[in-house]
Amino acid sequence: MSTPTVDKKPPVKPGERDGDRWNRILRDIVAGNAAVAFFSVLLAVIVGSLLIMFTDEQVRDTFGYITARPSDFLTASWDAISGAYGALFRGSVYNNQADDFATAIRPLTETLKFAGPLIAAGLGVGLAFRASMFNIGGRGQMLLAGAASGWVGYQFEWPWPIHLAVAIIAGMVAGALWGGLAGFLKARTGAHEVIVTIMLNYVGFYLVFFALATQSLLQAPNSANPKSLPMKESATLPKLLGDRYNLHLGFLLALVAVAVVWWILNRSSLGFRIRAVGENPAAARTAGIDVGRTYTIVMLIAGALVGLAGANQVLGTVTSGITTDLDAGIGFDAITVALLGRSRPVGILFAGLLFGAFKAGGFAMQASQNIPVDIVLVIQSLIVLFIAAPPLVRAIFRLPAREA
Amino acid sequence: MSEQTSTPTTAPGVSPAHEIQLRAVTVVDRKAPTMFAILTIGLALIVGFGSQEGDTSFRLAVPTDFFELPTVTVPSTATTWLLVLVCAALAAYSFFLLTRKQNTRLWLVVLFALAWMTGFLAWAGADATLPVVGLLAGSLAVAVPLVFGAMGGVLGERSGVVNIAIDGQLLFGAFAAAMIGSLTGSTWAGLGAAMVAGLLVAAVLGVFAISYMVDQVIVGVVLNVLIIGITSFMFSQVLAPNAATLNHPPRFERWAIPVLGDIPLVGPIFFRQTPIVYLLYIAVALVTWALYRTKWGLRVRAVGEHPKAADTVGIKVNRTRFRTILLGGAIAGMGGAFYTLVSVPQFNREMTGGAGYIALAAVIFGKWDPIRATLAALLFGFASNLQGVLSVIGSPVPSQFMLMLPYVVTIFAVAGLVGRSRAPAADGIPYRTDNH
Repeated sequence: MSTPTVDKKPPVKPGERDGDRWNRILRDIVAGNAAVAFFSVLLAVIVGSLLIMFTDEQVRDTFGYITARPSDFLTASWDAISGAYGALFRGSVYNNQADDFATAIRPLTETLKFAGPLIAAGLGVGLAFRASMFNIGGRGQMLLAGAASGWVGYQFEWPWPIHLAVAIIAGMVAGALWGGLAGFLKARTGAHEVIVTIMLNYVGFYLVFFALATQSLLQAPNSANPKSLPMKESATLPKLLGDRYNLHLGFLLALVAVAVVWWILNRSSLGFRIRAVGENPAAARTAGIDVGRTYTIVMLIAGALVGLAGANQVLGTVTSGITTDLDAGIGFDAITVALLGRSRPVGILFAGLLFGAFKAGGFAMQASQNIPVDIVLVIQSLIVLFIAAPPLVRAIFRLPAREA
Repeated sequence: MSEQTSTPTTAPGVSPAHEIQLRAVTVVDRKAPTMFAILTIGLALIVGFGSQEGDTSFRLAVPTDFFELPTVTVPSTATTWLLVLVCAALAAYSFFLLTRKQNTRLWLVVLFALAWMTGFLAWAGADATLPVVGLLAGSLAVAVPLVFGAMGGVLGERSGVVNIAIDGQLLFGAFAAAMIGSLTGSTWAGLGAAMVAGLLVAAVLGVFAISYMVDQVIVGVVLNVLIIGITSFMFSQVLAPNAATLNHPPRFERWAIPVLGDIPLVGPIFFRQTPIVYLLYIAVALVTWALYRTKWGLRVRAVGEHPKAADTVGIKVNRTRFRTILLGGAIAGMGGAFYTLVSVPQFNREMTGGAGYIALAAVIFGKWDPIRATLAALLFGFASNLQGVLSVIGSPVPSQFMLMLPYVVTIFAVAGLVGRSRAPAADGIPYRTDNH
């Protein structure tokens, strides 16, 4: 299976004149990955706009007499699209309709809050990509991690930082074990991790569901709902900017994870092994790398990172108790984040921020413009599809091809 | 699936210069006997530790039969032990075949599954009456989309394209069937629209996976998300506000086949069904026949096993793959129509509930063979439906574990703890021709 790999910059030939060099730089920018990423986003947004346009009542009404008064149709279309993206922006970055700055900037903190788990889980998927493994098991890993974190979070009475730390670690360990299982099975039996992680998603879901519906396990006492007790104060991630904003410590933990993964991949011997196995397992084996063990270790770390996202959800975003939808689609979104970020830690950081903004803005768009939040899913998946096929994007926008 | 090492099925003998000797290599699969043994021990443990008092009744008759079968009432524990013995005997026979270097035949697997499930039901249904016909007919209803999806998956993977987008094809098929069915008022138009919808998803998969050589798993997963997004968006934005005109499809009526439909037990389960189910029988038969008995099928399998060799003898690899996944998409789309034209007469967001992934599991569990994949899908349908029935009569097993079963079984199957499943050799690998 081929995964996004490191692209090598063509070496600059010695003795090139300045003009040539600038041309080359310009060409590199237009032909490079960043341009493809940009145009992929653009293309996806255009398709999203068309979808919004043609499902809008007003637009369809004016379309009936488009030949008579085309301006009506254009105005209605513009209103629909600008309304949608305006709301998306106001919901994710800066609300210019708010009374004071403190309220106006709140959407940005929401974006960061949503971005935290996306980045952490995206790192988990991206790291596996680098070893040429496809971790689709984000949902199961998050659920197991959330259940473990949550259990520690409501069950014990410990002082603040210790309780929180233990709860987070418990989640990461649970995620690591669930992810590591897939890596272990691949290493030992050759079971394809795509199938195993998909199946583990369901197994994990039903396990957690069972625990949440059973009195002696996770279910809150004297309750019939599949939900646990709320988290103790001492185990919750503290709010970063006071009670006015929902942004919590989880985002900073995600940033730390970015740094750690960057260090692992680029500065440690483990990272070297991971990349070697990802590029060519046969060559790695010849060079004396234990490929199977690398698979297991990668999936352990990947699971732990996704587990961090699960802990983040239960201990930070929704502290009212464990439920079976604690993953909130992040397990799958993480795949798109990792693909958009081209499996590099910094890329994943920015991709996570973008998708966090989509998430925060999508809800605002639904509330104010009545446009279903699902449009965000469409745009996200289109971005990833286009990014995965650079020749298609280049053909559409007539970008020059990369030199081989 | 490229990483999987495979047991050699043939090994051409290397011999000294003149005479050519072929070395015969028999591949014996340890999967079935080991699985039998584990399951038998499992059933023995269940009945040993969770002893149930009372009798179990199996109600076999429905009013339309030629003659009425009696309701069978048996002592629960004793019957289960008896069937444990039957299972043990079948497992022993399977091991005996293994020592004789023979594979376990399909009929033996089916017989074992029947014995095991009857034993389990006898245990789980103590002090209750099990409506056998309802249970099995319900299982078939759950399994229909799975089997259609599995057929689409088998076709794709046999030609070398991993089709994770089955779920998207089912969902888009369900959506199109609901919308076009409502607009035209015709179930058949809805079914046709569902096939076109499945084909469209397959076409996108083909463009990205075959033409642009994007990783097939990535395309499949992303397509599923895309289809969820599009259908949910359209549902909230267009379908829900105009439910009467756009989301009110007609339903397929049941057609009772004369004579066959009146046979006790078999009739009401298989031959008092909607036309889609009859189409399913035809589809499974056709796919199986075409894949193994026609020139076209040989080409598809060649392209999936060894595209280079196929190319050398003049088969257009990528064109064959493209056509095959389009066909698979259309078939999977029909499965989607079953949701909105038979099960629930309206479309709902994410209404397939990940059935496409179970269909994918059935493909793998069924070793990429249409008949086995169908049986696997039926088994998964039975497991899902059983938990509903058991929760009604009060089951000793938590429903979540019954629902988990297909997935656990699949992990066992792919992990090869009990033998290897071998995918088509070129499954998931894009084929590059020189002009790329």
